[in-house]
Amino acid sequence: MFAEFGYGVLLVSLIVAIYSGIAAVNGALNKSAATVESARRAMLLTFPLISIAAGTLIYLLVNDHYEVAFVYEVTSRSMPTYLKITAWWGGQAGSLVFWSWLLAVFTSAVTLRKWDRDIEFLPWVILVSSVTLTFFLGMTAFFENPFARYWVTNGNVAPSMFAPAGATLFTPQDGQGLNPLLRHPGMVIHPPMLYLGFVSFVIPYAFAMAALITGRTDDRWIRITRRWALWAWLFLSFGLVLGGRWAYDVLGWGGYWGWDPVEIAAFMPWLTGTAFLHSVMIQEKRGLLKHWNMILIILTYALVIFGTFLTRSGVLSSVHAFANSPIGPFFMGFVSLTLVASVALVIWRWPILRSETEMKSMLSREALFLLNNLLFISILVVCFWGVIFPLVSELFTGQKVTVGPPFYERATAPLFSGLLFLMAIAPLSAWGHSTVQTLGRAIWKSAAAALVVVVALFFTYTKNIGALVGFFLVALALFATTHEFWRGARARQKTQGENFFTALSRLMGRNRRRYGGYIIHISMALMAIGILGIEIFQKETQGALAQGEQLNVGDYTVEYRELASWDSAGEGVNHTRAVVDVYENGVYLGELNPRIDYYFDSQQNMTIPGQRSTLRDDLYILLVDWQPVSSAGATFKIFVNPLVNWLWIGSLVFLLGVIFAAWPDNDPNEETARRSVTRSNRQPSAAD
Amino acid sequence: MKKALQILTFALLLAGLFTSVAIAQDDTPTDDEVNAVAKQLYCPVCENTPLDVCPTEACRQWRELIRSQLSEGMTEQQIKDYFVANYGARVLSEPPRTGLNWLVYILPPAIILLGAFFLFRSFREWTKASATAATISAERSEIEASSPAKDDYVARLEEELKKRK
Repeated sequence: MFAEFGYGVLLVSLIVAIYSGIAAVNGALNKSAATVESARRAMLLTFPLISIAAGTLIYLLVNDHYEVAFVYEVTSRSMPTYLKITAWWGGQAGSLVFWSWLLAVFTSAVTLRKWDRDIEFLPWVILVSSVTLTFFLGMTAFFENPFARYWVTNGNVAPSMFAPAGATLFTPQDGQGLNPLLRHPGMVIHPPMLYLGFVSFVIPYAFAMAALITGRTDDRWIRITRRWALWAWLFLSFGLVLGGRWAYDVLGWGGYWGWDPVEIAAFMPWLTGTAFLHSVMIQEKRGLLKHWNMILIILTYALVIFGTFLTRSGVLSSVHAFANSPIGPFFMGFVSLTLVASVALVIWRWPILRSETEMKSMLSREALFLLNNLLFISILVVCFWGVIFPLVSELFTGQKVTVGPPFYERATAPLFSGLLFLMAIAPLSAWGHSTVQTLGRAIWKSAAAALVVVVALFFTYTKNIGALVGFFLVALALFATTHEFWRGARARQKTQGENFFTALSRLMGRNRRRYGGYIIHISMALMAIGILGIEIFQKETQGALAQGEQLNVGDYTVEYRELASWDSAGEGVNHTRAVVDVYENGVYLGELNPRIDYYFDSQQNMTIPGQRSTLRDDLYILLVDWQPVSSAGATFKIFVNPLVNWLWIGSLVFLLGVIFAAWPDNDPNEETARRSVTRSNRQPSAAD
Repeated sequence: MKKALQILTFALLLAGLFTSVAIAQDDTPTDDEVNAVAKQLYCPVCENTPLDVCPTEACRQWRELIRSQLSEGMTEQQIKDYFVANYGARVLSEPPRTGLNWLVYILPPAIILLGAFFLFRSFREWTKASATAATISAERSEIEASSPAKDDYVARLEEELKKRK
């Protein structure tokens, strides 16, 4: 009953989405405001419709309707209600509905804005959203239907939406339950964050396409969608960080990032999105790179669709899995089609996207931004090729290969270092023109300070060349960026006669975008400290210990005290928990409790490390194995992860920075003031 | 003197004997030695999981296999070759550098270099174009060129501030 209802509503929303696209085009071509308005209302209607379908799905999930295949796959009776709700995005079919729902939310929000002089964009924005929404709803309606139920025909159980002839409904007693690894709070909110990021990037893309179709090639589309892009980027970044934290907490390999194809799938749109956020500034300030910005947002959109598909389908494991996946070919078809159509639009509009000015010097800020784009795209190339290559290899030679961390680390380390360096110098260069002398004058103090730091590190911490180079770049970026804050505040202090802190806060408040950006740069440098620490200085050891025996790693000594195993019946979990005492250089620090949880419903283990976290390092202990009978001996794996906390601290600073940059301005004059500055910046070049 | 030398030789021999006994007793490779090899291999059954951290029973047995291979005196390379021979190239963390696999190493740097080349060529064109433009409006470019980053920054800042007062 509920399943049919949900499916029916899903179909209706699909039809409404298709209608809104057709009406939008029709209205635009016939210049009929009424038809466009009808398209807009249809688009608005998709939101309540998909909400009802999603609500029905949640109802089925929460009320143990195991006759529904999706409910059976992702929930079980022992799961608490909040987990049953979040199981909505715990499997492919549900997460496609979730995606559609988010898109309906965002599209509704954007169609409700005041369009005024941008009204010509409206039908095309609706069209792009409607095509995307139609695709996702179509996937759920015809290929990954979350409402399909189990039917028994001649003793065979198979899921299908409607009863096959002579079949009876089959209701399993209990569900399989969500993969325990996905029950971690980090994993409960990680997919929605990623999806929020993914879906919000559809909006700038829709506006970009609208700009191409209407031929309005000024930077209006960029200005309208700037905040969308920033929020999209925030969610995507936050999603990535949460994923890393989750991996660190529950995957039990002592790391946060394993260059797994699924991780990379989410990382790729982040790369193009980050490049986009930088390069649109050049278009806004200098009227350059219009083609390039179009290409970046198109790439981001394509990678978002590609990433959504990869993260959920597991098709990358083999060519076979891809061909067998019911939705694989459709996703690829959709990505290719939108890519070809968008690129065709860019080529069609190529002549009118010409730059308004020229590059003047290779050290100008716009030139350095381009270099930054080159580096981001290079990292993308490495990632994309690494993810795709196993498929290529299997397709052409039949040989299965793994492209693992060593490949990515070797290839991307110099590129990331380049980005750090640019982060230090680019903010110091001027728009239009800079020379080696002007840049040198601006940076020498920071460089000297960074050198002092490196010399100090050389004598006290490490003699590893790679690490020293890394720390130099981090310090350079940190000093150069903080120097910018100091210099700006001092300049204001002099001209306005304010005290330093008032000057600083007003300076930042009136220039949110720039200083938000600098805060983000600082956060990146902090995160780089954590990454350098764990990548270069991680120590690990493993050993089987009898009670009272010890294991040493770095300055730490770990002593195995006892182990206990018990069932917690209500949750359907068996816990095995060890108690170990931790000493540092002989000083007792306390006890840690690494444990393994065994989930009966899904028959899977979850390894929870015992962690002791400080700014200097993390002691990270895993229970690997134990003797079940005597519990007298147990095997532990111990990691010392230096500086890794800076990664998480950097992430928090990052959040602050993006929110600071994206927060709506209180001052209504802000926008006009900035525009007039931009215009005055552009004047000389426009006159050329 | 001769006797002292004999005693010394005897003592050295004895010490040598004891150490070799000690080594023989401690011949089972430690978990760390096993992991050092397992780290470089990928679980043949699970996707993208290094063998040293893979929690499955199958992988535990493979680690034990590595341990016995190490104690038989096989080198790291021999063990890796054994796994490749039995489970295919996918157990390596990177594709072996043969045949088509070279593409994985060559293509990205080639594309990156190509991108860099195009970028710099465009730079050259742009700067050349603006140099011609500069002769037309030499005065203006000179003003721009002579304003260093810092002054330009402060000037802009002050300009913005003035506008907002």
